[in-house]
Amino acid sequence: MLYREAGQYKTSYQSDQAIFPIAQDRWVVWAFVAFAFLVVPFFVNDYWTNAVLLPLLIYGLAALGLNILVGYCGQISLGTGGFMAVGAYASYKLMTSFPEMNMIIVVLLSGGITAAVGSLFGLPSLRIKGFYLAVATLAAQFFLVWVFNKFGWFYNYSMTGQITAPDREVFGFLLTGPSALPWVKYLFCLTLLAVFALIAKNLVRGRLGRNWMAIRDMDIAAELIGVRPLLTKLSAFAVSSFYIGMAGSLLFSVYLGAVEVGEVFGINVSFLVLFMVIIGGLGSIVGSFLGAAFLVLLPIFLKNFMVDGLGMLPTMAKHVEILLMGLLIIFFLIVEPHGLARLWQITKEKLRMWPFPY
Amino acid sequence: MSAFVEPARMAGHSGMAKGEVLLRVDNVSLSFGGVKAITNISFDIVKGEVRAIIGPNGAGKTSMLNVINGFYHPQEGTIAWRGKVRRKMKPYEAASNGIARTFQNVALFKGMTTLDNIMTGRGLKMKKNFLWQCLHWGPALTEENEHRRKVEEIIDFLEIQAIRKTPVGRLPYGLQKRVELARALAMEPELLLLDEPMAGMNLEEKEDMSRFILDVNQQFGTTIALIEHDMGVVMDLSDRVVVLDYGRKIADGPPDEVQASQDVIDAYLGVPHEH
Repeated sequence: MLYREAGQYKTSYQSDQAIFPIAQDRWVVWAFVAFAFLVVPFFVNDYWTNAVLLPLLIYGLAALGLNILVGYCGQISLGTGGFMAVGAYASYKLMTSFPEMNMIIVVLLSGGITAAVGSLFGLPSLRIKGFYLAVATLAAQFFLVWVFNKFGWFYNYSMTGQITAPDREVFGFLLTGPSALPWVKYLFCLTLLAVFALIAKNLVRGRLGRNWMAIRDMDIAAELIGVRPLLTKLSAFAVSSFYIGMAGSLLFSVYLGAVEVGEVFGINVSFLVLFMVIIGGLGSIVGSFLGAAFLVLLPIFLKNFMVDGLGMLPTMAKHVEILLMGLLIIFFLIVEPHGLARLWQITKEKLRMWPFPY
Repeated sequence: MSAFVEPARMAGHSGMAKGEVLLRVDNVSLSFGGVKAITNISFDIVKGEVRAIIGPNGAGKTSMLNVINGFYHPQEGTIAWRGKVRRKMKPYEAASNGIARTFQNVALFKGMTTLDNIMTGRGLKMKKNFLWQCLHWGPALTEENEHRRKVEEIIDFLEIQAIRKTPVGRLPYGLQKRVELARALAMEPELLLLDEPMAGMNLEEKEDMSRFILDVNQQFGTTIALIEHDMGVVMDLSDRVVVLDYGRKIADGPPDEVQASQDVIDAYLGVPHEH
């Protein structure tokens, strides 16, 4: 009843192509953004940022990056963990080599370095497709983790082989290190995510995004209308790796503070982010966030519910949680194979008719 | 008829006069291993005509189109495009030289809307760099709107306004064929290759499509090479016809002449084996 687009006329191509063409969508999104930026920072504490908000934002960014590659350009990658590790180690080297550098620049440069590495590992995509490409990117995952373990230069020859984020400030506020305030961390990650989500949306609705989707849907036809396969695929790898590298950099410097590469950036992270993209919805920006929310928030909710609500033992609850997560993933994929984003879209379409669908 | 389209603006960019040879194929042979797909074929396409390529199944018609737009590279022979001889060309180079193409089995981008499909066809004309695209603002936005206007002209021309925002995977076959034509037209090609544009259509759809092809040829001045099995359509539409059989050229000329040729009749109807 409230969600009606009747009477909203578009008089320019620009308004017809807007990100949220329906006015109600725009209001809700602006309200949500305002809430996230202006209200939440006053109420966050250590538990909320560390357990819920930071993983949500950081994995959201990683899922967004992977969705550009897998969902929009159709190139499957299992190297996400390795690329996040590149981002993390790049930012560690930058932070220790240039202590004066602004953290925003550190994160962006880490993304840039990861983009270069990502395009290098994207080269096989010109020859191989589908599952075979997935296997080739798997090589990137294992190779990169091995490199960061093997060569001491990457972790400044520390005894433990770990990397630890030194204290760094952004605009005078302490951002990294154990004594950083939760709201600073939260706002930093939120701002980056918001800006880069907008950039991603702009890219996918422009020429480059259309070329990506053309390669995904029918690569031969794409080539015959003038899309260059090499440039298009590599640009998808580069942009995707840029996002994933930034996510890795944030995960290390802002969220965890100390990282051991094999534990944090192993193959399970690659799968986790890929699942987020698949469950959230391939080829959808909002789907990336829904997928990240699903896989980050649901386990926390289940654990709290079972331990505090039902009084289960924590170890028992952990096992039941894994079981339930598996079941829920299967359930949602059977209900809607195209992911949560599609479910959301269908809901909106039904809502437009509600309460008189005929 | 669309009032929006000025013929001069959308006509080919080379400035060639009508009747000049646009494309010439000389002694081209193509084989896959031991299989000879095309043997020693020569013909030309002149600016502004509708050229049909016909022949029984497996005659090498589609291979010929693939050679022209650079998808296959012939082992022997040369192709002259606008008088310039070339041997090898990548498909996207052919595209930027003004050769567009539709496919026998519809090759649309299934996950994208009609509008996005046609907009993709304008990709070669869009020049704004990556950073502007990130912002989707300023020059990039102006460019996007300019091209949207061109795309809307094509949408009006082909009468597909109603399906503008529909994902093409959901469209019926006849409309998909029309969207594919729209996508090829969006490239403002000088030479348009149509591979069986009317396959699997009913009579009404065939009539519509024939009218669109003639309109494209006459209004935009686009040169058209088409492959088609419906002889009625071929004879009505085309100015000149090439007939292929088993990879060889057996006839070339105006429709009436080709129709009367004994070789063509034999190829289509078969000849009794001589003992």
